[in-house]
Amino acid sequence: MTDTEIISLVNDSLVEEFELEISTMVSEAEIFADLGLDSLDIVDMVVVLEGALGIKIRDDAGLREIHTLGDIHQFVLQKKRETEAAS
Amino acid sequence: MDIFRSQRRVAVTGMGAVSPFGRGVTALISGLVEGRSAIKILDELKEYGGLRTRLAALVPGVDGKEIPRSKRRSMSRQSIFAVLAAQEALAQAALPETEYGSGRYGVVVGTTISSLETSENFFADHFRDKSFSRMKTSLFFKTMNHSAAANVAHFFGLEGRLLAPAAACATGCQALGYAYEMIASGVQDVMVCGGTEEFHPLSAATFDLMNAASFRYNDRPELASRPFDRERDGVVCGEGAGILVLEDLQSAQERGAEILAEISGFATLTETGSIAEPSSAAMQRCMALALADAGVEAGSINYINAHATATEKGDTAEAQALLGLFGDQIPVSSLKGHLGHTLAASGGLETIATIEMMCRGELIPTRNLDEIDPRCQGPRIFTAIEKQTTSLALKNNFALGGVNCSLVIRAGQ
Repeated sequence: MTDTEIISLVNDSLVEEFELEISTMVSEAEIFADLGLDSLDIVDMVVVLEGALGIKIRDDAGLREIHTLGDIHQFVLQKKRETEAAS
Repeated sequence: MDIFRSQRRVAVTGMGAVSPFGRGVTALISGLVEGRSAIKILDELKEYGGLRTRLAALVPGVDGKEIPRSKRRSMSRQSIFAVLAAQEALAQAALPETEYGSGRYGVVVGTTISSLETSENFFADHFRDKSFSRMKTSLFFKTMNHSAAANVAHFFGLEGRLLAPAAACATGCQALGYAYEMIASGVQDVMVCGGTEEFHPLSAATFDLMNAASFRYNDRPELASRPFDRERDGVVCGEGAGILVLEDLQSAQERGAEILAEISGFATLTETGSIAEPSSAAMQRCMALALADAGVEAGSINYINAHATATEKGDTAEAQALLGLFGDQIPVSSLKGHLGHTLAASGGLETIATIEMMCRGELIPTRNLDEIDPRCQGPRIFTAIEKQTTSLALKNNFALGGVNCSLVIRAGQ
């Protein structure tokens, strides 16, 4: 899967799970302020991303550094690369 | 019970319904007054082995999408029903929203069982590998036993007492009664109360297992639910929510609210001879206690809205109890012939219908009562709309578990 395809899959998954407008899915969108998610949603977001991408991120300390949608994209891309390298 | 009678009077100032006739009290009453049946064939029930009934009374056209996702994420279907019904009731009551968070406004909303649809969806996935890694936070909030009550409280910001009674078919009636007692005793000023139910095949299967679900009319759904009728063969399960706003009568009058009715008496008791069999003696004792709580005699009741779910034993026991306490002159009807049995919602929905009958000056008869069962003969169970002024009504609901519940309702002003 290309990076573009991964980003598209992440966005589609989040749009479906959290009923977001596709127009709000820009890299600089703040997860709490702009996308309207809260701490419970973040827990569910991890479950959704793990399911969509086949990765394990729940215990990753890097999750705490995520503030924007762009941060999610970069985090997920990094995890995919690590997963693929390990396999 | 007498300690409450000497205290505050309790008014009904708002009513909201989500019923098998659709959204709103108007849809509910139109369906009942027009004598329609809300029972339909549910084709998907054919897929279930060991289930004879093919019928249900489902709520049409309600998906809850108008509720923002951030609020809806914790709601099962039965919580959505409760919130939408509460929204209608609170709009009618027109209480000052600035008081919702005062701690004097509470919620009593119950369900038969926590959301089976949610649990089924979770466990169907979970049992593939017994993993919790795909579990989402909404699971608990949708299935906790006080989910519907909590969702109503949170959606509207009602910050007083919160109670989620569970007494199967008597849940809604108990909710109204406990809310009435909280206001009468002065610990709360306003209560949003009632019951809510989402249909699941397990409900129908439970009645079917005990030979108490209708299946002989699978090809004629509109004839299936036949309270007190000689040819009845059991319950048709339904769903919905009936929510009322109760408040201190004096406060309601001072703010100029329309007093739709008063709850003036309540009783609930448990009969422990059998966890499943109805007891005519216990029903009669419960109704007598409710009358005593209201301080009225049996002869002053003008209308009785029966529980009568169209089971052989339940209808017979209730008819005998009614005859024993009220004789053969007071008009009696059951609304299960129209609505099926909406279980936890039935107490709220049928109380709303009873109050509407009192407001309109006409009584709604029992649908599908063509020939009364000789064992149910005695009470005046009428079969056509009757015009009459009703100043006092009695509402019954009885439940598996031996729970009996009765309310006395006084006409509004």
